[in-house]
Amino acid sequence: MQRAIASGTAALELDAALVTELLCGFIAAEVRKTGFGDVVVGLSGGVDSSLVAALAARSLGPEHVAPILMPYRTSDPRSEADARRLCDAFALQPLLIDITPQVDAYFDRHPDADRRRRGNKMARERMTVLFDQSAARDALVLGTSNKTEMLIGYSTLFGDQASALNPIGDLYKTQVFQLARAVGVPDSIVSKPPSADLWAGQSDEEEMGLDYATLDAILYHLVDERRTRDELAALGFDDAVVDEISRRVRTSQFKRRPPLIAKLGPRTIDREFRYPRDWGL
Amino acid sequence: MVLESREHDAGSATAPGIGGRRDEPRPPLRVALAQVAPRLDLVTNLERHLDLIQTARHNEAQLLVFPELSLTGYLLEDLVPEVALRAGSLQLASLAKAAGGMDIVLGCILESDDVRFYNAALYISAGRIAHVHRKVYLPTYGLFDEHRYMAAGDCFRRFDIGADSGASSWPAGILICEDMWHPSAAVQLARQGVDVFICPSASPGRGVTDDHGLGTARSYDAMTRTYAQLFTAYVVYCNRVGYEDGVYFWGGSRVVGPDGSVLAAAQERDEELLYCELDRAAVRRARVAYPLLRDERHDVNDAESDRIRNRRARA
Repeated sequence: MQRAIASGTAALELDAALVTELLCGFIAAEVRKTGFGDVVVGLSGGVDSSLVAALAARSLGPEHVAPILMPYRTSDPRSEADARRLCDAFALQPLLIDITPQVDAYFDRHPDADRRRRGNKMARERMTVLFDQSAARDALVLGTSNKTEMLIGYSTLFGDQASALNPIGDLYKTQVFQLARAVGVPDSIVSKPPSADLWAGQSDEEEMGLDYATLDAILYHLVDERRTRDELAALGFDDAVVDEISRRVRTSQFKRRPPLIAKLGPRTIDREFRYPRDWGL
Repeated sequence: MVLESREHDAGSATAPGIGGRRDEPRPPLRVALAQVAPRLDLVTNLERHLDLIQTARHNEAQLLVFPELSLTGYLLEDLVPEVALRAGSLQLASLAKAAGGMDIVLGCILESDDVRFYNAALYISAGRIAHVHRKVYLPTYGLFDEHRYMAAGDCFRRFDIGADSGASSWPAGILICEDMWHPSAAVQLARQGVDVFICPSASPGRGVTDDHGLGTARSYDAMTRTYAQLFTAYVVYCNRVGYEDGVYFWGGSRVVGPDGSVLAAAQERDEELLYCELDRAAVRRARVAYPLLRDERHDVNDAESDRIRNRRARA
């Protein structure tokens, strides 16, 4: 019991049936309220986008969900295979749009770009494809960023974070795995190591230098429970790791907020001018 | 034979056995709870209210209760002054007219003459606003931001349901959502003799860990049953459903009897019109079994409150 609390796994354990119902309700209500009936989802073959596509299929019906596969020439072919497996499992019709030509057209003129720049560019190209496809299909873009990556800033600003609605943004990565299993996302997707697949062999956990179980437990205690550093130390978490995570949350705050606006008038947007997003809906 | 019979029946031939007196039966109060999903649009909500009023009247409800801010939606922010209604507004008059002989409790932003905006629940009876409760406890923490936009009420007052209709009336009081989280509010109403707590609510669902349903639903389940039992009174809890800006309102409207048992319960998540009859005899039975209100020591409470206040004043 003590171990479960220290690792945070007990507190992150979801009532999967309830969460599924709630998220399917969220997708249906928020999509239809705006007058839309369809959604597009960028499907990478990873667990986050697979879960979102599965929830959307369940919520709106598979015929109202357009999964877009957007590989780059360096993407692992197994990712596309997994994405197709997900589509088969949920009766979805995938659309393949290879982003290689549009990404390479740019970097042919900037060959010195490092892989971070290239990765970000790919994420943003995918975003432009998704929003264009959403316009073509009279649909909304569903987001696929989870709470863990948004909190530590492991995402591309205006890239993978861009969407109209995000059903899984309040779920930690370990909870995404749990829910994905519960809704029937194929095992090959749920059991492989998480990767942004921006280059061959990339691994989230290696790149971050942290495993998701520890990361989620620490974030949960810091963010949701607002525990102090002393309390985390008493729970058995390493000071240096807690400091590093807390630093990443702080330094990525800009990614979670709209751009700063220089205040001049009496009612600046998002400061005094505050209306709900569902205004009039 | 006649004499013998009199000997065995010591006392009057009409004396009752166990069960006691026979009262003139008093009619129950048929209540309807409109578990609706308001939009952030006054016109749409007004139409929906008019529809439900017709349905509830058709089904012979005597009181129709709507959730908190049923006419406006909840996460209003800067919309508050834009959707606020004055007590004499045409919208409220149209609802009062539609209600006819049925009473209603609905939620709206009520604007005062000195331009304050209240999160209010209006009791409309016999074509007029017969009672107003202005929410006293405006949550301004976590996802809530009510005090930024609204003024707080300053009292909890009893009113009598059916006082204007000539039928026997029901003493009642209103607690809007967060008011319920402050037990002193319920105590003040109980002290004024209410038999029914009417609790309009816009409770967002949160807490989804593997622990028997939504955390907020568990809290309200405990509160409604506890209040009913401790105050030996009915609790009519009407919560909204639907999503606003990604926030889920869970529903679970219910009527809890004066012994703490759940008499009628709506589903979570979906819209529903729930009916339940309130029986005055149940209140009497609960208070015979548990004379908690009789035994309440208001003198002790008052004296202690005075002492604590005085000590604070000296500190």
